[in-house]
Amino acid sequence: MIVRIGSFRSRHDRAVVLIAFWLLLALLGPLCSSYDLGAIGSQPVFSGPSPAHLLGTDYLGRDTLARLLNGIRHTVLLCFASTVLSCSIGTFLGIAAVTARPWVEALTGRLADGFLSIPSLLFALLVIAVFGTSTTALIVTMGVIYTPGAYRTSRALAQRIARLDFVTVARARGESTTYIILQEILPNMAGPMITDVGLRFIYSVLLLSNLSFLGIGVQPPEVDLGSMVRENMLGMAYGSPAMIVPVIVIAVLTVGINLALDSSGGRR
Amino acid sequence: MNRHLVLLIGRRFLAAATSLVFVVVTVFAITNVLPGDATDALLGQGATPQAVAAMRHNLGLDRSVFVRFWFWLWGILHAEFGNSLLNGLSVADAIGPRLHNSLLLAGASAAVSVPVSLFLGVTSAIWKDTVYDRVVSILTLGMVSVPEFVIATIAVYVFAVRLHLLPALADVGSVHSLRQFLSAFFMPVASLALVTLAQMVRMTRAAMADTLSAPYIEMALLKGVGPIRLILVHAIPNAIGPIVNAVALSLSSLLGGVVVIEVVFTYPGISGLMVDAVSSRDVPTVQACALVFCVTYLFLTTFADIVTILSLPRGRKT
Repeated sequence: MIVRIGSFRSRHDRAVVLIAFWLLLALLGPLCSSYDLGAIGSQPVFSGPSPAHLLGTDYLGRDTLARLLNGIRHTVLLCFASTVLSCSIGTFLGIAAVTARPWVEALTGRLADGFLSIPSLLFALLVIAVFGTSTTALIVTMGVIYTPGAYRTSRALAQRIARLDFVTVARARGESTTYIILQEILPNMAGPMITDVGLRFIYSVLLLSNLSFLGIGVQPPEVDLGSMVRENMLGMAYGSPAMIVPVIVIAVLTVGINLALDSSGGRR
Repeated sequence: MNRHLVLLIGRRFLAAATSLVFVVVTVFAITNVLPGDATDALLGQGATPQAVAAMRHNLGLDRSVFVRFWFWLWGILHAEFGNSLLNGLSVADAIGPRLHNSLLLAGASAAVSVPVSLFLGVTSAIWKDTVYDRVVSILTLGMVSVPEFVIATIAVYVFAVRLHLLPALADVGSVHSLRQFLSAFFMPVASLALVTLAQMVRMTRAAMADTLSAPYIEMALLKGVGPIRLILVHAIPNAIGPIVNAVALSLSSLLGGVVVIEVVFTYPGISGLMVDAVSSRDVPTVQACALVFCVTYLFLTTFADIVTILSLPRGRKT
């Protein structure tokens, strides 16, 4: 049985469409440019838009559009992977806290409180200082950072649903806990959890961009939106698109999803 | 004060102490799970096993994890954070003056952003659903959803590159007059204030709007209370708790902002030190900076919660 909690429907639909669009762009975007990512052309550095280079060139004379499309790929895919990680672990633990023995909830709750008492950027810095900046390390770090938040949301949702009558009826029918989780609780959590996925995705885009901007996120020769801004900071004096366009793309990405989640009013 | 209140506050302090223990253990654990240890970094790959063993003994690395944790904790309690792996200097000495700079930056930004955001938040709650409220709401939503460095770089672009009003770097070392002080601090302070402002405005507005929708406000309106008296006497005293809570919670986001802002303006603060230490994997420095940050954060969140507890009407009536 599926019930609707709150008026999340249109809100999360729009966010899902937006995230799907960005994922598609991340997967297909780099195919649209014929330039090699590292190819240093004969163009001057920080040149403006031209027919050959639609967004001009960067601080080494490389094609900005090609690098931008690759940057979007890294930012979106890394953040999506870490969001999937944090939300699936968080949901699993949240449901476990509600359905398993009481000590599970006590333990996971305490752990989540502890993790939330460390600011996310600080936690990332600490972990990266030890494990380095490999792609896996970045995904896992961001995944761990946002797990407590996802856990809290899913626990609250699962608690609310587990108290509803149809769950009691299912229990009285003699259904197993596995059945109740898969057939009764999870389908009803899906909608509100997607809103949470959208939020975590934005948070991780912000965190990854900040890390890369600080020079401790995605490392060259790979490129993401934050590191593009970092390496082209000199271009600011010339108003170069190589520095300004990635800033705009980050803003459009995060503000867009935020507005989609926020627009139909009401808070979670 | 009544017993109930003391109990609540005591419980909050206990929770803060638990978190503190968690933070200290986590910082130690994360920095000690590496397969190799400091000797690899210090001696390089060509080190003989004897040299490694001697060094491990000197650094106390041959003892068990618990013993090392105990000595590390003992050092922290005496403000001894060990020596930097990079230059061998005391980490505590490196942090001291930089912490002062960071606190100055954070304090100045808070002094700007708190009054401004209180004003914006309260007024947009009063004039809810007007054009003014919409504009404030959209602007702050936009600012919440871009990374901190974007706001800082836009500020640099506008004020330093386009208008040539201010230097793009914070030259704190050569401050001798008020003019120099303003020109060195204006940009970092303004950017950091903007970063924290957005969230504070949104939370203040939510708290104030919540209070204004309460039945007793409608009652006061119906019995003919004027608008100014309604806000100052009826609404604000009841909204003060949630608002102070919102402000303190947003101030803790100052910490994340301060890292980025210091790097953008090459401001000589503690986060610049930490970011450099992270890139060079200077673990003792990272540990010390992380602890300073986490303790500050813990202090702010605990403070926010205690203010909320104190502002509960149930607690105020003895």
